[in-house]
Amino acid sequence: MLEIKNLSKRYEGGPLALDDVSFDIPQGEFLAVIGLSGSGKSTLLRCINRLIEPTAGDIIWDGINVTEASDDELRTVRRKIGMVFQHFNLVSRSTVLTNVLSGRLGYVNPAMSFLNKFPQEDIDNAHKELERVGIAEKAHQRADELSGGQQQRVGIARAMMQNPAIILADEPVASLDPVLAHSIMQHLEKINKEQGVTILCSLHFLDLVHKYADRAIALNDGKLMYDGPPSGIDDAKFKEIYGKDAERVG
Amino acid sequence: MNNNEKSLKKSLGRGLVIALVLIVFAYAFQVTDVDFGTTRDEVRQTSITRVLRALAHPDIFVYETEELDVEIPFYLPCPEGETPSLPEAPSSEPYITASAACGAAGEILTVEGFNFPTYAQGPLNFVTASGVKKQLEKFQADADGYFIYEIETPNRQPVAEAQAIRATVRTNVGSPKWSDNAIATWEKIIETIFIALLATFIGTLIAIPTSFVAARNLMVENTSPLTSIAFSIIGWIIGLWAGLQAANRLVALFEPIQENLLLGLVGLLVSVGLLYAVLRWSIPAEDSEKKSLGLRIISSLGMVIFSISTVVLFGISFRALGAAMIEPLGIFGFLGNFIFQIGEIVVMLTPGLVGIVTGAILGSILSKIGQRISDNRPAAQVRLTNIILASVAGAALFAILGAGVEWFYQLANPIKTLYIPAAVGAILGLILALTTSAKKPMPTGLIFYTITRTILNGTRSVEPLVMAIVAVIWVGIGPFAGSLALALHTVAALAKLYSEQVESISAGPIEAVQATGANQLQTIIYAVVPQIIPPYISFTMYRWDINVRMSTIIGFVGGGGIGFLLSQNINLLDYRAASAQMLAIAVVVATMDYISSVIREKFV
Ligand SMILES: Nc1ncnc2c1ncn2[C@@H]1O[C@H](COP(=O)(O)OP(=O)(O)OP(=O)(O)O)[C@@H](O)[C@H]1O
Ligand SMILES: [Mg+2]
Repeated sequence: MLEIKNLSKRYEGGPLALDDVSFDIPQGEFLAVIGLSGSGKSTLLRCINRLIEPTAGDIIWDGINVTEASDDELRTVRRKIGMVFQHFNLVSRSTVLTNVLSGRLGYVNPAMSFLNKFPQEDIDNAHKELERVGIAEKAHQRADELSGGQQQRVGIARAMMQNPAIILADEPVASLDPVLAHSIMQHLEKINKEQGVTILCSLHFLDLVHKYADRAIALNDGKLMYDGPPSGIDDAKFKEIYGKDAERVG
Repeated sequence: MNNNEKSLKKSLGRGLVIALVLIVFAYAFQVTDVDFGTTRDEVRQTSITRVLRALAHPDIFVYETEELDVEIPFYLPCPEGETPSLPEAPSSEPYITASAACGAAGEILTVEGFNFPTYAQGPLNFVTASGVKKQLEKFQADADGYFIYEIETPNRQPVAEAQAIRATVRTNVGSPKWSDNAIATWEKIIETIFIALLATFIGTLIAIPTSFVAARNLMVENTSPLTSIAFSIIGWIIGLWAGLQAANRLVALFEPIQENLLLGLVGLLVSVGLLYAVLRWSIPAEDSEKKSLGLRIISSLGMVIFSISTVVLFGISFRALGAAMIEPLGIFGFLGNFIFQIGEIVVMLTPGLVGIVTGAILGSILSKIGQRISDNRPAAQVRLTNIILASVAGAALFAILGAGVEWFYQLANPIKTLYIPAAVGAILGLILALTTSAKKPMPTGLIFYTITRTILNGTRSVEPLVMAIVAVIWVGIGPFAGSLALALHTVAALAKLYSEQVESISAGPIEAVQATGANQLQTIIYAVVPQIIPPYISFTMYRWDINVRMSTIIGFVGGGGIGFLLSQNINLLDYRAASAQMLAIAVVVATMDYISSVIREKFV
């Protein structure tokens, strides 16, 4: 259970990027976040694991107040929260395997990880995760030698290595073609359905929201505009979220 | 304003600019003593020609020479009575003839040589009866072995018996040999390369971690509340002091072990083993279960004790081991010396290292306590703690600064160098604690960033040659001084270049690794390091280039290497020898340039 309470974020010298946002996510839900570009989706997701420090409000996760956690506590919180990015954010000069293994950094003995030594169990798991996303044979290639879709699979494998209770996916398919987009979304769906991992995923395309999400929230200018089932986004709501002149596609 | 007026103004302006430029250049000529008249001067022209020719004949090879003397008797002046005649000319061997067999001093004589080896050369001497030579001419035979010169008979005491005109032919026999100068040049150029190598290596080693501290994007996130900072400063100071004391005692205590090499090595092994055991025990493979505070303190204590003993024993026993190895190893004695020097360095650095380690440990423990107080206590209590601790920390810091001033200026006045600074520090700390809100995070990272950058910029602006002069005063004339100076400059220059690379890497991977729960060091190793390897290698090679160049001239100020030889030979006006050194420098610089460009291409 993740509770977001009155969350606000103001970037230095800017307007409110998040304005008093509150919502809950029960464990195991697939929640989509929608909204125009600049509406605050990325800001919201990054506030949850405090890659960005929120200005006000609370994030309660499993009874722990993440916003008040000390550095050590924050790391133990972060390691249970996987994250998948629009631009994959792989370390391009490292191998695929190293990228996947870096998902274990919050768990392993730091001294050993400095020497790039991981327990055999983790290495086996990394291969298993790569197999699950269908790129087992790429393990020893450099990450930047992979195509976009393959890189995003590595991103998912990395997040899964954290044995996460929740995955934050920030527009995971925005830089992929529609076919690839569906296959990535299906991976997330599988993780969600089979392992009960909560998925919090920002999306640009409503058809993806309808197809994969249990529930959707919508942001406009940092304010929460909608919170309910995807099917509840009718034309009126759509105009409220995306503006009067927006046309529905897909 | 009409058009005419405008263009008039324009022209006037232009004229003024031109006049100004002319004045500037005229003055520049004046102050830089430009005087091309001197270049037309006969004396200067011959000397530049001589130097250039000497440079074109580098002193590298020598030959064993064989000398062949060909002479004719000559009377100076002509004896009374009959005029002597020249000896019979042989038909096949080299011989010389003169236009006369006798003459008065200062007379002009034509000397011809026949049958000499092709292009043979050597001196044409006047040899007195007692064997004293005076060179009349330097001859060179033509393709037929013939030469002809006009000479002037020398002004000598008149002697009755025959003296001689002698042509000496020097021919090189056997294969060329390295000249003494070439051998010296070789030794010094090797030294030069190693100065550059050592300086680059050590400089890079220090510059890499420094560059992370000097990178804004890595440091900006490090913030901590005032309570934690004040605690940490106090912890650092106490830890440093205690560590220094303890290490000095320990080194003195273990010193006798040097006598017994075996004991030292065994002690070292035991100490390493214990350290490893404590490490294994205190850091489990998965840090899921938290140890109790007591256990944590015991384990860190164990780590501190065993790391200190390891370092101390390492230094002492390596020193002893190296010293014992130098003799038996013979020509490989330098390996023994290397081990000895490593031990020496460790022994020298031990108190400082131990001080820093204990300071860091105590500082970080206290800083955690401070963090906890700041996190969990009500604001009023935190503020009170801040007021007390910030004053103490400020006083301590400024007292240390005062001690530094005392060391430099030797004022011997504790009021000025201790009490006043301490009071000022305490007041500043107090002001800081009172004016900031109790739990506000302070930009500690940025403070470190600024301090590091300032030091780097200052160091970088000092020329390596100047540093070398200081180093020569410190450690004496020789390659060690040069290496120190170059290494220091390398740290300053590389750390800045490196840190700029760190600042320009893409933030995405860092964000991603942070999001997995990695700590800061893990983030650097997994997200920063892979991104900066290519530029780091490229900059290191670039620096290596510069260091090779620098090490060739650092000898001019006593920093060892080939520059020493070069400056010596230039001062001795031995341009042929200097030419060999310049050639060596050119070859080395070009080769290193090539090698570094190849390596750079491979990695980037
Ligand atoms: N680092 C930053 N500094 C200042 N302002 C920022 C920063 N990041 C985002 N913003 C601002 O905050 C607002 C929300 O940005 P955010 O990136 O969260 O939007 P988004 O919904 O993710 O957009 P997109 O769909 O384009 O990714 C925007 O107005 C943006 O300009
Ligand atoms: Mg975004």
